[in-house]
Amino acid sequence: MAFENNVDVEHPVHDVRMAAIKNFEEKGFPSKKEEAWKYTSLNNIQKIDFSIFPKQENSLEYKDVKRYFIHEIDTYKIVFVDGIYSSYLSETTHDGVDICLMSAALTKPMYKQVIDVYFNKIASKDESLTTLNTAFSREGAYIYIPKNKMPKKPIEILHFSTGNEASLLLQPRNLIVVEENAEVQIIERHQSLTSNEVLTNAVTEIFAAKSAIVDLYKIQNDVATASLIDNTYVDQKDKSLVKIHTFSFGGKLTRNNLNFYQNGEYIDSTMKGVTILGEKQHVDHHTLVHHIQPNCESHQDYKGIYGDSSTGVFNGKIIVDKIAQKTNAFQKNNNILISDKASINSKPQLEIFADDVKCSHGCTIGQLDKDALFYLQSRGIPEKEARALLMYAFANNVLSSVRIPELKARINKLIAKKLGVNLGFDL
Amino acid sequence: MAYTEEELKKELETKEYEYGFYTDIESDTFPIGLNEEIVIAISKKKEEPEWMTQWRLEAFRVWESMEEPNWANVHYDKPDFQNISYYSAPKSADPNKTLDDVDPDLLEMYRKLGISVDEQKKLQNVAVDIVVDSVSVATTFKKTLAEKGIIFMPISEAIKEHPELVKKYMGTVVPQKDNFYAALNSAVFTDGSFCYIPKGVRCPMELSTYFRINQAGTGQFERTLLIADEDSYVSYLEGCTAPSRDENQLHAAVVELIALDGAEIKYSTVQNWFPGNKEGKGGVYNFVTKRAICEKNAKVSWTQVETGSAVTWKYPSCILKGDNSIGEFYSIAVTNNYQQADTGTKMIHLGKNTKSTIISKGISAGKSQNSYRGLVQVNSRADGARNFSQCDSLLMGNECGAHTFPYIEAKNKTAMIEHEATTSKIGEDQIFYCNQRGIDTEKAIALIVNGFSKEVLNKLPMEFAVEAQKLLEISLEGSVG
Repeated sequence: MAFENNVDVEHPVHDVRMAAIKNFEEKGFPSKKEEAWKYTSLNNIQKIDFSIFPKQENSLEYKDVKRYFIHEIDTYKIVFVDGIYSSYLSETTHDGVDICLMSAALTKPMYKQVIDVYFNKIASKDESLTTLNTAFSREGAYIYIPKNKMPKKPIEILHFSTGNEASLLLQPRNLIVVEENAEVQIIERHQSLTSNEVLTNAVTEIFAAKSAIVDLYKIQNDVATASLIDNTYVDQKDKSLVKIHTFSFGGKLTRNNLNFYQNGEYIDSTMKGVTILGEKQHVDHHTLVHHIQPNCESHQDYKGIYGDSSTGVFNGKIIVDKIAQKTNAFQKNNNILISDKASINSKPQLEIFADDVKCSHGCTIGQLDKDALFYLQSRGIPEKEARALLMYAFANNVLSSVRIPELKARINKLIAKKLGVNLGFDL
Repeated sequence: MAYTEEELKKELETKEYEYGFYTDIESDTFPIGLNEEIVIAISKKKEEPEWMTQWRLEAFRVWESMEEPNWANVHYDKPDFQNISYYSAPKSADPNKTLDDVDPDLLEMYRKLGISVDEQKKLQNVAVDIVVDSVSVATTFKKTLAEKGIIFMPISEAIKEHPELVKKYMGTVVPQKDNFYAALNSAVFTDGSFCYIPKGVRCPMELSTYFRINQAGTGQFERTLLIADEDSYVSYLEGCTAPSRDENQLHAAVVELIALDGAEIKYSTVQNWFPGNKEGKGGVYNFVTKRAICEKNAKVSWTQVETGSAVTWKYPSCILKGDNSIGEFYSIAVTNNYQQADTGTKMIHLGKNTKSTIISKGISAGKSQNSYRGLVQVNSRADGARNFSQCDSLLMGNECGAHTFPYIEAKNKTAMIEHEATTSKIGEDQIFYCNQRGIDTEKAIALIVNGFSKEVLNKLPMEFAVEAQKLLEISLEGSVG
């Protein structure tokens, strides 16, 4: 089962898995009756008979998948094809930092110390989908950045599914440990190459030690038959900065569970997202920021544009503990509906137990400004381009904090493609 | 001496319930427990027609199959529904009597509460339909109202005198099976108010009902039905105080408002029920279902000041069914000691160009928990729907909590929805504004807190009608902008 090819009951992780299986057996898939899943139904997904372990290995040629990489820049690459590591497409390293595989980290003694301290420590032990992953995950990325180090280049984690199986369930498991004063940039992408059904149930654990900086970019632009449930857990210590950008442009059903736990002071947690949907796509952004210690900040900024019959969900929860005084927590969710059939459900939630705090949330649902549209048209910009320009401007706040220029350019292109226009310039 | 935040905190903590006393009146009380016989007996006691008895039984059967909800952000010992007496009437209650005939004990109680029915008639121009333990004992101004064709009477009388209206509207806004407490209320309600404003009539005075829970161990289940016919206007006040008791008292009311085309209803509540003592013992459980339906061009405005109850579970809602209808919700909820409030509103936009405004202010002190829970829903045919919501919370001390659970659901591309919520100690910009005008910080805090809550908190006497109305308008108008 799972990571070990032959079940090794002596392995310490074995117990963790058994507990996880037990929990999942008790809970099963979450239903719409649960508050956290009120607006996202997994019924259709559960009807599909997924194969959990692919029967054969598949290989891909780099030229066929080159366009899914940020190929303009040099990066470390951890690539999985149908859930299996592809050494041919990957570029890992052990030069000062460890950028390699989860399966290796779990079995080789040299990683034991790190695994003992961090593996499955922050991931939920009773959330059913997370425990499903804990129980059956097979592979994933292992990134360990020691004190004061920074990898020479950004890291790309890519998951391809080739469609050799009629329907495939992927359960990647990533562990990212960034030690004191270290820094890392990671780009993550899931891509299905055919129209066969794929469900990815990913779990990522991120540990940011004192003064560490973590930049994680999630690109979600998958085909209409691919679904993604992403569970990310972030543990932050004093003065660390973790930023997660989520760009959701595709996929059948996407659920992002971002959980931040601030276990220190002077922490900054930032979550930003741009969602542009069409067809019958569904994206559910579910965030949690738990302010456990004083003097911390969190910022959330999610923008969404919904067309056709798409549905969007934003459920942001901020918890401020009793001792977490001087907390600044901000949450913003702006949405534009451009189709009659599209819908948006938003639930920005605050639970505050400390008195000396500044917490706010704002949520808007509206349309493009008619006057602004008229202004642009009156200056000779066709309506379609004018609309796109305004939507760009709407999403720009989020884009401006992307620190890799090539990635920014790529996302700009994706947005342009999604909006069906070519502005001829990048913003 | 400037009034500081500290002092207010102290005052909140130490303030004993000012209206806690118990008047001994002989009561006609049913045995405890609830079954079909009790439901039938209540119906019989109220001399109700057969259709009403059947309606109650229907509700009771639904209720039996329902489970008590527990999704609200409150924690309490669940009441034992078989340990409550469902009917209690002061013995001397007879609506046909004049005030002089009323039990002197009752009159004494009103005196303690600060009500003088006669005085109020004259001074405040308020018609009062007093409910003491479920039966109306004094109805005033009936004649003045009758001249305008306005019907304002206890619902038990309305069932007998105006069955066609009651039959037509009761349960249309809050159906029997709506929720656990609404079903319970539908089965066992003993009294409440009924009000009908005819077409084009502007009700000349504020209508008001004071509810009191008096008899030990009896829950009070009022039923209010208010119908504003086309192009009419009415302002309705509801207020509550209850004697101190160590035993939790259950209150599950249902309020239904029907605003027909072009009508306007202003419904104000001041709730000052016994919140339990400093240790969190005792206090009233308040599980209320309040809902309004707005037809074309109608407007319903809910205003509430929540200062009482150990546990509050209350969501005055508007169904904006007709085109161009307007729903408003203004609320101040103050919790202290061990009080828990989970309150808010629902605005359901069904008609075109419907508008809703939500202004909710929560103040938490002591060890209390104050939650705002709201739903703004724009359905696919509600073109041009507009909503503005604002929820502000003020925290005093570090043992209380403020929570917001807003649900926003939009299914129409022309919807414009804005929601903002803040939680803070005391707005720094507000203090800055005062400082800038030469008011020192200490005074500024006093001013802000006073402005935010003092009048509401402090002395909510039974004469609140005029006072609270002014207070609410003054304190809320600013935030409506």
